[in-house]
Amino acid sequence: MKTILLQGNEACARGAIAAGCRFFAGYPITPSSEIVEAMARELPLVGGSFIQMEDEIGSIAACLGASLAGVKSLTATSGPGFSLKQENIGYAAMAEIPVVVVNVQRFGPSTGMPTAPAQGDFYQTRWGTHGDHPVVVLAPWSVEETYRLTIRAFNLSEVHRLPVILLMDEGVGHLRERVELPEEGELAVWERPKPKEPPDLFDPVAHAGEEVPPMPPLGAGYRLRVTGLVHGSDGFPSESPETVAKLLRRLCGKVEGKPELLQAEEEGTDDARVLVVAYGSTARGAAAAVREARERGLPVGLFRPVTVWPFPEARIGELAAQAGEILVPELSLGQLSREVERAAGRRVRSLTRVDGNHWSPGEILAAIEEAGGWS
Amino acid sequence: MELADISDLLDESHFPHILCAGCGHGIALRAILQAIRKLNLPAERVVMVGGIGCSSRVVGYVRMDSIHTTHGRAVAFATGIKLARPDLKVLVIAGDGDLAAIGGNHLIHAARRNIGLTVLCFNNEIYGMTSGQYSPTTPPGSMSATSPYGAIERTFDLCRLVEAAGATYVARSTVNEVFILTEYIGRAIAHEGFSFLDIVSPCPTYFGRQNRLGDPVKLYESVKDRTVRAKAATKMSAEELEGKLVVGEFVRKNPPEYTAEYRRLVAARGGK
Repeated sequence: MKTILLQGNEACARGAIAAGCRFFAGYPITPSSEIVEAMARELPLVGGSFIQMEDEIGSIAACLGASLAGVKSLTATSGPGFSLKQENIGYAAMAEIPVVVVNVQRFGPSTGMPTAPAQGDFYQTRWGTHGDHPVVVLAPWSVEETYRLTIRAFNLSEVHRLPVILLMDEGVGHLRERVELPEEGELAVWERPKPKEPPDLFDPVAHAGEEVPPMPPLGAGYRLRVTGLVHGSDGFPSESPETVAKLLRRLCGKVEGKPELLQAEEEGTDDARVLVVAYGSTARGAAAAVREARERGLPVGLFRPVTVWPFPEARIGELAAQAGEILVPELSLGQLSREVERAAGRRVRSLTRVDGNHWSPGEILAAIEEAGGWS
Repeated sequence: MELADISDLLDESHFPHILCAGCGHGIALRAILQAIRKLNLPAERVVMVGGIGCSSRVVGYVRMDSIHTTHGRAVAFATGIKLARPDLKVLVIAGDGDLAAIGGNHLIHAARRNIGLTVLCFNNEIYGMTSGQYSPTTPPGSMSATSPYGAIERTFDLCRLVEAAGATYVARSTVNEVFILTEYIGRAIAHEGFSFLDIVSPCPTYFGRQNRLGDPVKLYESVKDRTVRAKAATKMSAEELEGKLVVGEFVRKNPPEYTAEYRRLVAARGGK
């Protein structure tokens, strides 16, 4: 362990390098630009490749090209840029190309407020690209967790061959705090499945039954055939209903019903009569409020999803069954609370905020007291 | 010119292919495979990257690494591939709509960087896959599904566009002159920096039919009538060159290639 002062965006870049990322293509955008700058500085030092592309779409496209060449790839953006990347996120899902996309959320829609925190991209990370598709979204609440989750994002992306979104927000991205980073090699780094057969014996059809088929790199004689069209296991386009349904269900099955993908933190949930559900920077204020309430002897708990997609609906359902009131503070007009309501099967107290500021612990505490009838 | 055996480079397992009878794209693909064979390039050193459209689909019929990407983004995908694997020959095959309209930004910036890609534009002067709408290279006055009263937009001369952007090998040919075409493709692939070849390849189904240019043979003849060699073009007025297809090599120079420059930067910083 080494203790240093670090910014959230810089922690993301460091985590990427530690995860084995050796390719970055990006485009400057507030409030994520420190990630692009750090990767431009660090990648040449470890023999990796950095390129500032002409736009956001080209950035993710270049990442997908590099990933196909066998190199772990990262791109980072924010709101408007994330919207532009959507088509190729779907391509990554369809063509099963590992890639990590960072979205440092900022206030929207449109240009909005570039330096103001927001959590309005919650649903866009899940449903931004067209069509049913698998995606994993991880949302850190601290600088240190940003580092760890960036590595986890690469790990999940590689082994499942799908796009993973690191959903930060301006609060976490620009936060500077003292962190203890793990030593190199302390955190596990996973790799994508590669074919064991040499090129002349490799037949993709022989791997048709596998949930995540092996991924040969291009330029190695495997005669890779990649397309965003619906395709059979041989890589050729197909519109046979059986092939189409089989592919879509396999792709989406990489994520659905996989408890091992879910990561969350709980505090005081055992006896909670008021349950607070929050993620990202909003969870910092919520945690402070919950601790303050518990110090006063109030039965209040915090559930903080770290994996926000797939959504931890089973656990929230369990907690909802025992809690009296559920309070959902967020920096949007009820995106998270809508999903919590779906999981809980009932209405929740939605604490919405769209003025460009964070929720303070005091404001959340007041809402807790009101919800519990303790005010 | 002798035609080499290229059957091992072509994957016929999913024939019949999607191209229409009389389409020029098959001729262009054969010329590409002939050029690869003439250069003695091992198939595993070549990656073919397509965009979206009729031309982009030909990458699915080769026995080499092939990536059929998203509309307009083939050059950007190829940029990532080339930067990650500078030792590979990365060919982009896409149409005029893909490269010049939706993908125009990637095209000009790849040319500006002089990154070692070979961009082969199958220019049929129309959007074929979507049933014949006008493209940035559709000649003014032409009929198309979205110019039912005749196109009024001026056309892009893609060779002049990429030359201005910084491309270091630029040429145009047509599928009517396959030996010259094959020669140019070979030079474009062998070229270290960014190379661009505008391959005029007629579309009988949509361009020919909507403009009443007759059967494919007559359509190819109309392309021949419009073809002017670069040298002859220097003696013609702007008016005389209206609607003509000037063919030849326009740029051949060798400034430093982008990925080589990047690797030098990495080496200077102690990276591997």
